[in-house]
Amino acid sequence: MSHTAAGLLQVGLLVVALAAVYRPLGDYMARVYTSTKHNRVERAVYKIVRVDPESQQHWKTYAAGVLGFSAVGIVLLYLVQRLQTLLPWNFGRGPVDEGIAFNTAISFVTNTNWQSYVPESVMGHSVQMIGLTVQNFVSAAVGIAVAIALIRGFTRASTDRLGNFWVDLTRGVVRILLPMAFVFAIVLVALGTVMSLRSGVDVSTVDGQGKTIALAPAASQEAIKELGTNGGGIFNANSSHPFENPSSWSNLIEIFLLLVIPVSLTRTFGTLVGQRKQGYVLLSVMGVLWTGMLAVIWWAETHLNGPAALLAGASMEGKEQRFGIPGSALFANSTTGTSTGAVNSLHDSYSGLGGGGAMLNMLFGEMTPGGVGTGIYSILVMAIIAVFLAGLMVGRTPEYLGKKLGRREVTCAAIAILAMPTVMLIGSGIAIAQSDTSGAMANSGAHGLSEVLYAYASASNNNGSAFAGITVTGDWFQASLGICMLLGRFIPIIAVLRLAGLLAAQRKVPVTAGTLPTTGPLFGSLLTGTVVLVAALTFVPALALGPIAEALA
Amino acid sequence: MRTYWHQTMAGLRVLLVLTVLTGVLYPLGVWAVSRIPGLHANAEGSVIEANGQAVGSGLIGIDPVPADPARDPWFHTRPSATGDPSTSGGSNKGAGHDDLVKAVAERRDAVAAREGVTPDRVPADAVTASASGVDPHVSVTYAELQAPRVARETGLPLDRVRALVQENTTGRGLGVLGEPGVNVTRLNLAVRQAVGP
Repeated sequence: MSHTAAGLLQVGLLVVALAAVYRPLGDYMARVYTSTKHNRVERAVYKIVRVDPESQQHWKTYAAGVLGFSAVGIVLLYLVQRLQTLLPWNFGRGPVDEGIAFNTAISFVTNTNWQSYVPESVMGHSVQMIGLTVQNFVSAAVGIAVAIALIRGFTRASTDRLGNFWVDLTRGVVRILLPMAFVFAIVLVALGTVMSLRSGVDVSTVDGQGKTIALAPAASQEAIKELGTNGGGIFNANSSHPFENPSSWSNLIEIFLLLVIPVSLTRTFGTLVGQRKQGYVLLSVMGVLWTGMLAVIWWAETHLNGPAALLAGASMEGKEQRFGIPGSALFANSTTGTSTGAVNSLHDSYSGLGGGGAMLNMLFGEMTPGGVGTGIYSILVMAIIAVFLAGLMVGRTPEYLGKKLGRREVTCAAIAILAMPTVMLIGSGIAIAQSDTSGAMANSGAHGLSEVLYAYASASNNNGSAFAGITVTGDWFQASLGICMLLGRFIPIIAVLRLAGLLAAQRKVPVTAGTLPTTGPLFGSLLTGTVVLVAALTFVPALALGPIAEALA
Repeated sequence: MRTYWHQTMAGLRVLLVLTVLTGVLYPLGVWAVSRIPGLHANAEGSVIEANGQAVGSGLIGIDPVPADPARDPWFHTRPSATGDPSTSGGSNKGAGHDDLVKAVAERRDAVAAREGVTPDRVPADAVTASASGVDPHVSVTYAELQAPRVARETGLPLDRVRALVQENTTGRGLGVLGEPGVNVTRLNLAVRQAVGP
């Protein structure tokens, strides 16, 4: 079978798998967040932490919960890294350097998982488990909770109550992420992913060399790293490492895991608002953009560009043989479209167009299909912008899902959308203006600029993948990327929760003949156009100097 | 402000409880299940033993170094940017990077000279560094290119070496997933066993 035919069937298999779980998982998640019952584990949690699961929160209280919980998470994760020597399984790895600890604490709490360290030599197993794995779970659950709060803004009327953050957080962990991660962690071990508490194994190779092969408790982290669209590798090479991603089978499963919740949440949304078609239209927009970008990246990696690739005969630098180019392009497109940031191939070695495509996926604002929770709330915010634009054209007050979109609602949506480009462009602008930045680049010229743009796009969108040749351990990068991650995460979250509060307070307006239908191909095209236009208008100048210049060179 | 403080303190308590659940019970639970036979060997790194000695991992490629480069009896892995399985990673160089262009050209000539073929027969995976630096696989083309030399230097019949290559080739999963590859670590051990002591 040809590469292309096999690759297309591989994509087909992925889509079939996602389609098979779409309804059951989407509806299950809807039940998780509407059920009035608490299971035994949850009741125990509420009792220990002394929160009343029946109390309903104002949007400000909900937001305070998100911010307070994340702030505590950052402080604790920083301390866990700094106090590594007191923990078991540290293998003599000392306190994590202050800059790395600061950056990493923010990175994992914001669901970014940008990594400025080499895990094998810096983080012991305790930091990985009680620090990083925990945030892999809870940062994902926070994302879903915020999305559910926004959806409640549409489903509820005439109330200032959005639900209970602690209940939404706990249920996301206990009922969704934990059981799924556990099952898939075992599946990954069965396929060869390691799950060892040792630091490594000494071998004497066939030619008599003595080598140490690093080991780690990888499977438990690998499963949640993909499922929670986190992306932080327990090995430096991330999901390209055979101990994280041992075969073409595990590769497909990992791609499936990083897409499954963001995709199925469109079903959850449709079910919760009582109109499944509203979810399908969002899913189709995500699907169209994901498919289009896959085609771009795949095409770019199979049509050689650049002297090294031309000389080698294929774009295999930074790719693994067992995945090949289709398996690498599929992963790259899915990891950047979902804000995961795990990599099974090195995006820095992609061609100008291929790497630019990965970057553009992030610059769409992570909604194709986006991270767990963040994807659905980002595209809902974009849908509000689209409805507003359509309203301007016909001169009517725009409505979406029975709620009027007035000045305050649209302002919140605009803030949520504009936070990322602002943070990303200012951050990379200041970085470029500094004289020592060029020394941090691994590549020169347009590709070097792409490394900087990619870093700030990744941080501001909480993706976490990198054009990893760039050296980001200097104080400026550690601090500025940390701040980009914080602002890129929490400005939209606050805006979205405020929006949810405004929407929930409204009465439902009846659908009339003048209401813009927000299902069907017309609205789907409008929304797709809005996503693409907002990204294009904001980023074309920067992209022209980086990836576009390289692709045309 | 009081709300924020109150919520933050609740957040601290929730985080500690969830840390026990997801940071202790979950990973140790997965670890405990991975102790069962059938999973245990995978969990500990798919280590291959010969005569009671760990000789490698079936998932990790480490390029063998011949004692005498002129009489090289080993199949070689893809180039590695780290060269050491205790730290993983790739080159992160773009296709326009001067160093990469130079490295590819040098590797191409070196492989061609080693196998006694013209440079245009050297496949891409032989001259490009993998993402992990420990890719255990090479393309079938690259393994077949090396087979005649390995047969010559080990004294094994070429057909036998080719059969070993085939035995250590993994096809696409389900016929469609990923790309076929030849596991160099397992292949070299099979060659050594075939040669005998």
